Amino acid sequence: MGRALGTLAALLLVAGVGTAFGYAPPDAVQGNVQRIMYVHVPAILTAYVAIGVVLVGSIAYLASRRPRWDRLAAAGGELAVCFIGLALATGSIWGKPTWGTWWTWDARLTSSALLFVIYLGYLLLRSVVEDPERAATYAAVLGILGALDVPVIHFSVQWWRTLHQPASVLRPQAPTMDAAMLVALAVNVAAFLCTFAYLATRRYRLLALEAESAARAWQ
Amino acid sequence: MNHWGFVLAAYGVAAAVLLGYWWRVEHRIRSLEAGERGRK
Repeated sequence: MGRALGTLAALLLVAGVGTAFGYAPPDAVQGNVQRIMYVHVPAILTAYVAIGVVLVGSIAYLASRRPRWDRLAAAGGELAVCFIGLALATGSIWGKPTWGTWWTWDARLTSSALLFVIYLGYLLLRSVVEDPERAATYAAVLGILGALDVPVIHFSVQWWRTLHQPASVLRPQAPTMDAAMLVALAVNVAAFLCTFAYLATRRYRLLALEAESAARAWQ
Repeated sequence: MNHWGFVLAAYGVAAAVLLGYWWRVEHRIRSLEAGERGRK
C-alpha cells in the first residue's frame, strides 16, 4: 500500500505541475508569478492537516498511553514543520515581486511564523526530554495547544487589517477565482495531501523501526 | 509581471524540501531494515 500511495503522490505532483503551468492561465494582474500560489496554498493547507494529525495522535496518546498514537503525532509534527516552512518560504518568494518585500509583520504572516516556531519547539521538546513517556506527554500537550493557532491564522484576514489577501476559496460566498485556476489548485492540494499521507506512513514506519531497535538494545 | 526566477525558486524550494525529507526517511528505513535482516 505504501508503494501505491507513493506512486499516486508522484503522479499527482506531476499532474499538479502540469496544470499549474499548462492549464491554469496567468493572473490578470500578477501575471505568471501568481503560479507560486499552486505550491503556497497547498503547502499551508497540508500543514493544517498535519497539525490535525498531531492533535488526534496527541489526544489519543494522553487518553490511552499507547506508543502508536505518539508515533503518529511525531510523524505529523515533523511534517507540519516541513509544510509550514514551505508555505512561509514560498509566500516570501511570492511577496518580494508582488508586495515589494520578503516579509511583513501582518497578522497572517506573524501567526503563521508563530505556528512554525511552536512546532519547531514541539520537535525540540521531543529530542531534549530523555524519558520517552515524559517526552511524549509534554509533546502531546504542546501539540494540542499549538493547534489553537490554526483558526487564528485562518480568520486573521477577517479579524485584523492585513496585507495578506482574504480567502478566495474557503469562504462563505462563492470562490472568486477563475475555474481553470480552481482546477489547478484542487489538483495541487490533492497532490500535496497524498504526498503528506505517503511521507507520514514512511515516517511512522521509521519511528516503529527505531523503537524496535531501541527495545532490542535494552535487552 | 512574470518574474519566472521567483516562480522557479518557489518550485525548487518545494522540490528540495519534499525530496530531501523523503530521501532522508527512506535512507534511514533501509539501513534499519538491513540491520534487522542481518540479525535474522
